[in-house]
Amino acid sequence: MVHEFEMKANVDRRSFMMCALASGAALGVGEFPASLAAAPLPGGAQKQDDAQFTVEAKFYQKLENKKIKCKLCPRECTVGDRERGYCGVRENRGGTYYSLVHSRVCAAHVDPIEKKPLFHYLPGTVAFSLATAGCNVNCKFCQNWDISQSRPEQVPAEFTPPQRVAELAKQYDCPTIAYTYSEPVVFSEFLMDAADAGHAAGIRSIVVSNGYMQQEALKAAYGKMDAVKIDLKSFTESYYKDVVTGQLKPVLDSLVTLRKMDKWTEIVYLVVPTLNDDDAEFLGLARWIKTNLGVDVPLHFTQFHPEYLLKNLPITPVPTLERAKAIADAEGLHYVYIGNVPGHPAQNTYCPKCRKMLVERIGFTASKNLIHKDSCPFCQHPIPGVWHT
Amino acid sequence: MELLAPAQPGAPPAKSKVVIARDDLLRGTGSTVDSRRMLALLDRAMQTLFDRDHANEAWSRLVRPGDKVGVKVNALGGRGLSSNLQLVEAICERLQEAGTKAGDIVVWDRDSDELERAGFHLSMGGNGVQCFGTDRVDYEQELVAYGSVGSRLSRILTQRCNVLINVPVLKDHDGAGVTIALKNMYGVIHNPNKYHPNGCNPYIADVNMLPEIRSRMRLTLCDATTAQYEGGPAYKPEYSWKENALLVSQDPVALDYTGWRIIERKRAEKGLKTLEAEGRAPHYIATAADAGHRLGTNDPRRIAVIEV
Repeated sequence: MVHEFEMKANVDRRSFMMCALASGAALGVGEFPASLAAAPLPGGAQKQDDAQFTVEAKFYQKLENKKIKCKLCPRECTVGDRERGYCGVRENRGGTYYSLVHSRVCAAHVDPIEKKPLFHYLPGTVAFSLATAGCNVNCKFCQNWDISQSRPEQVPAEFTPPQRVAELAKQYDCPTIAYTYSEPVVFSEFLMDAADAGHAAGIRSIVVSNGYMQQEALKAAYGKMDAVKIDLKSFTESYYKDVVTGQLKPVLDSLVTLRKMDKWTEIVYLVVPTLNDDDAEFLGLARWIKTNLGVDVPLHFTQFHPEYLLKNLPITPVPTLERAKAIADAEGLHYVYIGNVPGHPAQNTYCPKCRKMLVERIGFTASKNLIHKDSCPFCQHPIPGVWHT
Repeated sequence: MELLAPAQPGAPPAKSKVVIARDDLLRGTGSTVDSRRMLALLDRAMQTLFDRDHANEAWSRLVRPGDKVGVKVNALGGRGLSSNLQLVEAICERLQEAGTKAGDIVVWDRDSDELERAGFHLSMGGNGVQCFGTDRVDYEQELVAYGSVGSRLSRILTQRCNVLINVPVLKDHDGAGVTIALKNMYGVIHNPNKYHPNGCNPYIADVNMLPEIRSRMRLTLCDATTAQYEGGPAYKPEYSWKENALLVSQDPVALDYTGWRIIERKRAEKGLKTLEAEGRAPHYIATAADAGHRLGTNDPRRIAVIEV
């Protein structure tokens, strides 16, 4: 099962269920026609035809002796002939680098946009959400490790070319295509082509990403996005090294670049007890955002649930999330949310000026949206975001 | 099987034996390995390692009737640089003579297509020796973890064998420095690409610590009939040479250390820098020997290299 956030909070589940069903989204599990839902291969007996998913990669450099240097993400893997990069979905064949996952969709659902989470982007709408296998990091808490940490041939997938992606989005009344679940950086070629097909059909694109990308690739690929949600895993290099197997600075650089590109961006910070939950880190993060991105960038502190290689840690206590929010609020950030705790008032959007509630959310559903002409209807303070299709 | 002899008080720890068996006439006058000479070479190596007069006695120390034996080959290098077919056939022959049923032997690696490209004939089902890749049976759903690694394991390992014979190839590696016995276990896990940073260190050692692997491992038979000193792990004929040898040991760390020295000697002979000078010394070998792993020894004073 692929999910972005598991609903484990003990809140008004009945009303949440009613809202979820009303919005057409089952609890993290989309319902798809058999043509799209890839059935698991029985005992791995069938092999997929890899050729249909294989395209020459963008963003790489050829080296001597048939080696290549990937330029997609800061790892800059130097990959020998017959080897793959760290992500597992790009392969060197005779000195040419290939993506093995173009159109190789292993997960596809219709999700509420709030599930990404994107709270200031077309609230109440749904996104046609898809992923391929692979990832360029290895977060120990990954909830989708069964696809992110797998090679594409290990995960059943459907051939879903860009045009088909756009058709399906239209068919399911999704104004947006979302590239998500695993790590869209590693399927940039497919993402770019699907975004083009979507735009030609009047469908927007958003990406849910770790932002761990080189600048040229970021501008080319995420330059085609209409909104971006970045998972900022922590505010220390040591956490990125030990828990994520990545680096912090390139992600911060990505955020700054997205700001300069005027891309609507929201940030999620998954709070993991004992690892990235101290006040100094929250304060440093809030100050950095205020200085470099501005006070209007939404910041979501979300609750961790034990998963993958961190099953020994507890769920994030809600008071910890509230403390993080309080620190960020005190620094002057306008839109600080608490995520993965259904029913918590910090899931709602409030006017930063008059403090009236503008968007009410229950779980993944925006049950009330009072924003009018991109402003607070009570005091006319501008509320940044993409509020209307 | 005989019980271990009681330790003598004050006696130094026993050395790890690494047997290097060579046959300069292994290919006769041609380029293909002669099956009978390969069998003889294998026998000589095994008899020396186990200090036995007959090969069958050596193999009987490793397997018992009823055992299910996995012969983990390395097929990445295609026909030019994969575990030698004649060697694998010889291993399977001796296993059967030691009482293992043919149908209980599986020759395997991660991918069936790779096995075929390396010249192996696929066989799944029936009473003969089995040969297929993990792609045919998939990986276990559950993760196992040790140290820095968390992976799903091949169901060939977990469900099809209780004894593991490791048959790697002697070659260098562009990241790890060398890829010999210990790194051949990357073919058991579903996510080896995650464990290449930092020269595959400490990941190679951690993978070999996984109980499902460690409990099954009996022997490493490193194919050095054709070896490679540069450009690995893919086959680069211009950098390969015919060593016409087998390296055999029950200590995979000692074997990797010994194989590394052979590769360095060849590199020096060819005028190439050491792996250390190229920034890819195989540090994983020391990690595998350290107090946190103790998979074997990399101390040359505790390795007895016996050339036959």
